[in-house]
Parts: sequence; C-alpha cells; structure tokens
Amino acid sequence: MAELTYRDAVARGIAQEMERDPDVVFLGEDVAKAGGVFKTTVGLLERFGPKRVRDTPISEQAILGAAMGAAMTGLKPIAEIMFSDFLAVCFDYIANQFPKSRYMSNGQVKCPLVVRTGNGGGVRFGAQHSQSVENWAMMIPGLKVVAPSNPTDVIGLLAAAVRDPDPVIFFEHKSLYATKAEVPDGEIVDRLGTAKILRPGKDATVLALALMVPRALAAAESLAQEHGIDVEIIDLRSLVPLDAQTILGSVARTGRLFTVEENPRLCGWGAEIASIVADEAFYDLDGPIVRITTPHIPLPAADNLEDLALPSVPRIVEKIRRSLNA
Amino acid sequence: MKSRAQLRPAALHNDELEAAKRLELYRLQVEIRDFEQRAYELFLQNLVKGTSHLSLGQEAIAAGFAGAMETGDLSFCTYRGHAHTLARGVPMEQVLGELMQRDNGLMRGKGGSMHLTSVSHGVMGSYAIVGAHLPIACGAAWRAQYKGASDVSVCFFGDGTTNIGAFHEALNFAAVWKLPVIFVCENNLYMEYTAIGEVTAVPNPAADRAGSYGLERILIDGNDADEVFRTARRVFARARAGEGPALVECKTYRHSGHSRADPAKYRPPGELEEWLKRDPVKLYRKRLGDIGIDEAAIRHIEDESKRKIDAATEACKAAPPPAEAILTTDVYADGGWAWRN
Repeated sequence: MAELTYRDAVARGIAQEMERDPDVVFLGEDVAKAGGVFKTTVGLLERFGPKRVRDTPISEQAILGAAMGAAMTGLKPIAEIMFSDFLAVCFDYIANQFPKSRYMSNGQVKCPLVVRTGNGGGVRFGAQHSQSVENWAMMIPGLKVVAPSNPTDVIGLLAAAVRDPDPVIFFEHKSLYATKAEVPDGEIVDRLGTAKILRPGKDATVLALALMVPRALAAAESLAQEHGIDVEIIDLRSLVPLDAQTILGSVARTGRLFTVEENPRLCGWGAEIASIVADEAFYDLDGPIVRITTPHIPLPAADNLEDLALPSVPRIVEKIRRSLNA
Repeated sequence: MKSRAQLRPAALHNDELEAAKRLELYRLQVEIRDFEQRAYELFLQNLVKGTSHLSLGQEAIAAGFAGAMETGDLSFCTYRGHAHTLARGVPMEQVLGELMQRDNGLMRGKGGSMHLTSVSHGVMGSYAIVGAHLPIACGAAWRAQYKGASDVSVCFFGDGTTNIGAFHEALNFAAVWKLPVIFVCENNLYMEYTAIGEVTAVPNPAADRAGSYGLERILIDGNDADEVFRTARRVFARARAGEGPALVECKTYRHSGHSRADPAKYRPPGELEEWLKRDPVKLYRKRLGDIGIDEAAIRHIEDESKRKIDAATEACKAAPPPAEAILTTDVYADGGWAWRN
C-alpha cells in the first residue's frame, strides 16, 4: 500500500500494461517528452522508449485513425485525446469507425484500443475544455465507456480496458487528477461493467460517476449526520457495459433512486438508467426517480458560475432531503 | 491547360514487363469491367439494392496497384471499392452477394456495397466517410514499422478526399513518422457532382500538395495499367526499404455517374466521348496485341471472366437473404450485442 495521486495512477496503469505486453503502444499530443499536459504520463518515454511512447502533431483524426489501424492489425494502442471536448474534432472515429468496423465486416475486423481523455469541469477552463461528455460515447453501439473515480480504479479499469477486445473510451476526470488515495502494491486488474457500492444505505440509492462520486459520498455523510437520512452510494465506474443488476438490486432495497450527473441534463446517462428502473423496478419504487445534473447550458469559466452549474454537495443534499420529505 | 486525356501518350515500349504480368493486369481489368457492368445491369433490375459506386473507366488503377502488391500487403478502399476488392482476389460471388444483400455476401449483407472487407485477402475495409481511412492506413503501417514487418498499406481515395482535413492530417503524420503507407488518389475529375477543379486551389489536387509534406510529386496516367504498375512497384519498394510514404495521383475518368442515383448530367458535352477513346481496358487490349501477345490467351481471359460473372450472378440470384439471427451478432467481441447485465 502506498499513497498515490489519480494523476500518477494513470502513468502506473499504462506502465503496468506496457510492461506486460509489448504490443501495447501509446500515442498522443505532448505525451512523451512533456509527460502530458496534465502530467499523467511522466516517465513513460524514459521507461519504454520512443518506439512505444510517441508524440503526435495536433491531429486528433490522425491519432485516432492511427490507433484504429494499429489495433486492426495486431497492436493494442492507447491513444490520448487531451481534453474530451476534442473528441468532437475526431468524432468520426468514435461514432463511425471504431464501433462499427466489427459489425459491418461481419466479425472480420477487431478494434482493441483505448482512448484516454481528460473529461469534466471544475477547473475554470470554460465551455470547450470542461465538458462531461461520457454520454456522447454511451449512445454509440460498439463502444465501451469507463470513468474511474479514484486512483485504484484508474489502474484496475485501465488495465481491464487495455486487455478488452473492444474499443474503450476511458474518461479521466481533470478535477480528480490531484486527489490521492492508498493504492495496493503489485498488479491491479479490475473488470469492466461492475458498479461498486461504496456506502451501503437503506433510505435511497444514489448513483454517481467520476467527480460526482466523492461529492455524493460527502453528501451522504451530511445527510446522515444532519438529517438522519441513510443513502446508498453506488459508483457506476462503467456506463457500457452497465451493471444494471447492482442498480436494480439496490433500488429493490431502498425504494428510491437518485442520479448525480455532471453531464448536461438532456440525454445524460441517468436518463437511460431512470428508464431501465422505471421499466423493470417500477413497483420497487416508493417515489419518483430524481436526476441531479448540470443544467442544459454550456459551462461558464468563472469559478462562482461553474460551481453553480455542476452538482455540488449542498445541492445534492438539498435535493435528496426535499425529495424524501425529511 | 492540356486536356487530361492528352496528358501523356500511352507508352508502348515498356517491355521490362513480362507477358504473364501483362496478362494478369489485363485479366484484373477485364474482370472488374465485367463485374461493374453486371452490377449496373442488376441495379436496373432492382437486384442490387441501396447505393453503389462503380469504377467503370478506372480499372487500370486497381489492376496496376494490386498487380504490384504482395500477399500480406493491405488495401484500404473507399465506397468506390468493388474494383480494389476484386483486384486482391476476392471472389466475384462474395462481392456481388454483398451488393445484392444476400447471405452469401462478403459480410452477409451487414456492410453493404460501401464497406467491402475481406481481411483474409488483405482488404482491410472500404470506408464511406470521405478521408477516414487515410489515418487508419497510417496506423496499419505504423504496426508494420513497429513490428519490423515488410508489408505496405495502400490507401485508395478519390480527388474529393484531398479537400478534407483527415487527408492533410494523415499525409503529415505519415511523412513525419516515415510510415510504409502509399496514398493513391484516383482523380476522376469530379468530387461527386462538382468538378474538382472548381473547388480546389491547385490544378492537380493530390500531386500539387505532395510538396507540402516533403513528398515527391507523382502524377501519372491512371488509364495505363503498365504505368500504374511500374509506379506502384517503385513506391512500394521505397516504402519497404523504410524510406517512407508516397502520394500518387492517377488521372482517370469514371464512365458512369458518381453513384447509382447520378446520371452525370453535369458533364460537358463530348467529355465522356473523349475519355471513352482512352478506355483503359480497350487500350490495354490493343497494347497486348501490338507487343505480340497471343490472341487466344487474351480471348481466354475474356471468356473466363464472362463465365465467372455469369456464375456469380446465378449464385447470388439463388442465394437467400441474410439470416435474421445475425442482426445482433458481432457488435462486441464476444459475438453479441449485450451492453448491460
């Protein structure tokens, strides 16, 4: 056990997989010599050399296209798209190429790659460098979508993503890079499609992802101490595959469901989960499903405005308290 | 500016090519021609469904490049990809079956005419988003470079592709990384319905941009299979030797419209007729005669091609539609489509 930042966990996760498999290669903008603009890939060039850790031009289509061509022909590339907002300039690969090649070719073409990208707000970068776009990826058949909330999950889920035979979009949260936690020594390998109950509770189920996980946990403590409300916190960790059984099992026990989503409201991931729960667990529910989200707005840069936009601990507490009439 | 038909006289004295290679190049062109004509006839009977993009008039490019490729080399094609797929040896029946959306199709009807793929033949896909496959070909070439493999990746595309961002990203990327990838622009003078010259800042949309990426300017007669073959052989050898990518612009002309829906009324009167005089299949047949290749051998190729396309047509007409069970297969690598538990 040693304390590790979420940022350093990224490099450790990549290194673990590159050490294991010589077919794992890594490319992106400023990732090699500079160690990444978020310093998430420091030391990889020195350790694995310039054949495996490669700086690219600012050419997101070339980065993702090259990753795909390499994946199709036998490598296991990890590609970095610096900010997840930039997925929009190479979305053809995300939406049309990676996820459809296997299906269109009737199973002939494989695409085992990972796109790592800095997602989410809280860093005052404004509307084009702060978005939570996990729902952009979630809606596309053929992709897998992962978003870890802590350093151990970064390593374990990244390892699972690299070893997965399908294309995985791996959303790292920029506001979590500096956070620290104890991380086990040795190899860490997790499983995609498994949610984790981080705090058991009996009054309501609260689903969260990435940065919203620590906020939901803090809200749960406040609800318990100040209002006597005992909520269960589930870290979804992966949107596709989705661990619907863990969600449905929890709702069967608590009778209420809240989602805490950083993505803007329309078509956020919670909408799909609300639909699943309404379809399959309607009679377990004692009240309406409530989604706590960023409003349907572009994100502002100013700190006070951005803080107003993203679900905050007080907003989560207040919404759950009022909904439960406590 | 000279008309493109007059760009270069057909070279008759390139006799370093052996008769067997010449007959192979002719066979490939004839088979593609027969296939595309049959595909067109089958449209008219509504047996080829959806859309389709023919390479009538452009056969020499597919033949010349495929003739120079080795087993293990990889092709990346566009939606106008029947020719390149056939040229790598994929049977006519499988290609036609895909156009006719039958269970015997190359991808059992899951892809359609714009996505022909046969990994076992090195056809790594046909891509219908203009420009998307240039970076993908770079990635396949990167794998070859990384693994120390000797294969080259060959990426075919039309003139319209030269104006999309992915073209420029891929060219720069391939040049900087010195990748064994060959970019082949089939300039048939029209991006879709609009003349490429009306929307492009330079007269030769690929060749005139090669210098921007430190590459040699290569502009050839795409209606001369020998010239295409010799160029392909040269750039492949260079790429295999680790000397990096090439961009080859082949001037050609499509005899039909852009796609099934296009009667090509935008073409100026007489233009098609001028280019029909430079029909690559007819020119090549004449050359074979001029250099003394046996007429019987030529006839044999033509007869065999007719026999193959007739057999493929009958097999496809008799084939059932795709089994409904494949609707949800191969979305994910486990063979299924499950996104939740």
